[in-house]
Amino acid sequence: MNNWVVLPIVMPVISGMIMVIFKNNIWLHRFLSLLTLGLIGIVSVLLLEQIETGGIQTLYLGGWQAPFGITLVADMFAVLLVLVGAVVTFCCLCYAFSSIEKDRERHYFYSLCLFLIAGVNGSFLTGDIFNLFVCFEVMLVASYVLISIGGTRIQLRESFKYILINMLSSTLFLVAIAYLYSLMGTLNLAHLSVRVADVGQGGVIAAVALLFLIVFSIKAGLFLFFWLPGSYGAAPTAIAAIFASLLTKVGIYAIIRLFSLVFYHEPAFTHQFIGILAGVTMVLGAMGAVAYWDIKRIITYNVVVGIGFILAGFASFTLVGMRGSMYYLLHDMIIKALIILLGGTIIHLTGTGRLRNMSGLIHLHPRLGWMFFIAALSLAGVPPLSGFPGKVFITAGTFEAGYFWLGGIGLFTSLLVLYSIMKIFMSVFWGYTNLAKDNEKGTAKGLLPSMAFLTVLTIALGLGVEGIHSYVDLAVEGLLNPQAYIGAVLGSGGY
Amino acid sequence: MKQINDVVLRTATKAAVVIILTFSVSLFISGHHRPGGGFIGGLAFVAAIILLFLVYDIESIKKNIPIDFKIIAGIGVLTSVFTGVAGMIMGKPFLSQAFDHVNLPIFGETEVASAVLFDIGVALAVIGTSLTIITSIGDDR
Amino acid sequence: MSIVVGILFAIGTYLILSKIFLRIILGTSIIGHGANLLLLTMGGLKKGGPPLLGLQELNFTDALPQALLLTAIVINFATTALFLVLSYRAYKVLGTDDVGELRGYPDE
Repeated sequence: MNNWVVLPIVMPVISGMIMVIFKNNIWLHRFLSLLTLGLIGIVSVLLLEQIETGGIQTLYLGGWQAPFGITLVADMFAVLLVLVGAVVTFCCLCYAFSSIEKDRERHYFYSLCLFLIAGVNGSFLTGDIFNLFVCFEVMLVASYVLISIGGTRIQLRESFKYILINMLSSTLFLVAIAYLYSLMGTLNLAHLSVRVADVGQGGVIAAVALLFLIVFSIKAGLFLFFWLPGSYGAAPTAIAAIFASLLTKVGIYAIIRLFSLVFYHEPAFTHQFIGILAGVTMVLGAMGAVAYWDIKRIITYNVVVGIGFILAGFASFTLVGMRGSMYYLLHDMIIKALIILLGGTIIHLTGTGRLRNMSGLIHLHPRLGWMFFIAALSLAGVPPLSGFPGKVFITAGTFEAGYFWLGGIGLFTSLLVLYSIMKIFMSVFWGYTNLAKDNEKGTAKGLLPSMAFLTVLTIALGLGVEGIHSYVDLAVEGLLNPQAYIGAVLGSGGY
Repeated sequence: MKQINDVVLRTATKAAVVIILTFSVSLFISGHHRPGGGFIGGLAFVAAIILLFLVYDIESIKKNIPIDFKIIAGIGVLTSVFTGVAGMIMGKPFLSQAFDHVNLPIFGETEVASAVLFDIGVALAVIGTSLTIITSIGDDR
Repeated sequence: MSIVVGILFAIGTYLILSKIFLRIILGTSIIGHGANLLLLTMGGLKKGGPPLLGLQELNFTDALPQALLLTAIVINFATTALFLVLSYRAYKVLGTDDVGELRGYPDE
């Protein structure tokens, strides 16, 4: 029992509600949201240390023992994601301070962001599948509002699609939960794992597993990503950055958690299927990224490629591949937020998202240009930066598992990603300046620090791989060895 | 706005609203041991106020109840969450409950539980959010 | 019961495939209710008392599906309300309730 586990969920709810009560004091909103995210960061660092010394931390809400009550479980994997999520959101909110419109701020922007974080953290930390559903919904409702505030024509259309698709997939989620409950008689993840192991993963359970896979694929944008580029492109920059770095990752987290803890008995079937989906996702995403000449589109298709890549490592289901997925997941959260913020800044400066209409920005904004360059290299996985260890391990893992085609697709799409992102760099920053200083549409003042911080973070994560090595390894071992998780949840309950 | 002749509705509403409000409180209180509770109690409460909205217009009701419903929702959620946090401060798991029996002057032996506080929070949150939704849809014409 | 669930899903799918905002919303709502009913059916339908200590009942019903159901209904309620507000806004902005009118990029 450890009450720390609930703090990352409760704190944002409390301060979000305080903001609702004092709705007119924007400075209070800003201060409280940063304070809350900082506190979440601190709590998750403390949790990391506790997990390193004392194993997986659990909390039974209200003292009801698992598998009967609501359980919160903090293992290495979840807490790492909570930590990185808090850091990234911190930067995105700093960016939002000087980029989001006043009107939006007054319409509970910060409290909605905090509810989103509460939902995300809840999904990471929950120990049973129904609460995963509930936290998903908390997160999604907040995201519906965030994406639909504004009300231009495009935004209305995209948010309509976004809400419709997510409502349907939530319904499918509920259906899958219903089937699982009727088959297994429990919804606690650890307990499910035990029961599935007892019964064996037969045909019906495999069908339910695939139903879950469909649901999470829609949410994560794995293969069923058709809604993603449009709706992320319609949202304002800071919001799109938070969405890309957190929302899709929650879907990925759910896939990894379910298919490593519960449905891990038939990797030749389920994991190979995930691998195929991941390969297709990478190819389609890279095609989208290469084909478009619009900054927002290119970047959102790169988000799709990243999702495919993370799950390619997971599909190999080897120690090395999973380690790669873990590194790449952490890297991806940071780099996707960074690259969307950079792209948004470029659009903000030039007033257009079309690559053919701009050039020579590096004369005016050298720092922005070089940050974009570093981010591009990191996205493609060039050695000293944070994308590199992930790519190496994922490729090694897929080769080790015998999925040579998957590793090959991964490497090939990395090249395409590099091409697509360099396309932005070349046409935006190089060439003659067609933009005088005084006819810029906006200023970059106040936007740079948060991006600079993320850039430093991606360099640091690349250079300091050794530093986080022990944490990542613990996370991967936890995933590959479900017994530890089961023991932590059910063992101490006297059950 | 077109004024319809709704004397019967207006007169009936005056009585009905009181009855519905009383019923909602009774639903809320019975929730501790029998069917009922904060959620449906709150919804019944909202139903009464919506009846008022329908019969009189929104403006005059808002003038008579000069509270921002969002704030009610906020206070409600905070109440519920802090009931959980209180358990944490006392070193028990989050959301732990406690109850005690108290002798109240009129009611006699009564059970007082921390779950009631949680339920009050739920009821306030439901009232606040539902009314916010209704007013924001029905406001502009 | 499962037949009813199937009918609800069929109606919901039909409504979602139509082109009018309100019908789509009703469709999602009906599918949501279908899923709720499925949850209840899958939890096992039987008669019995509440699973509480101290009651002299021999048959107990499983309370969990009902708890799940309540949560799911609340969530469905919230999202439907939000969806309604959004489509009302879309209606005010666009002056139509036809989804087809939303099509097209302004700059492509």
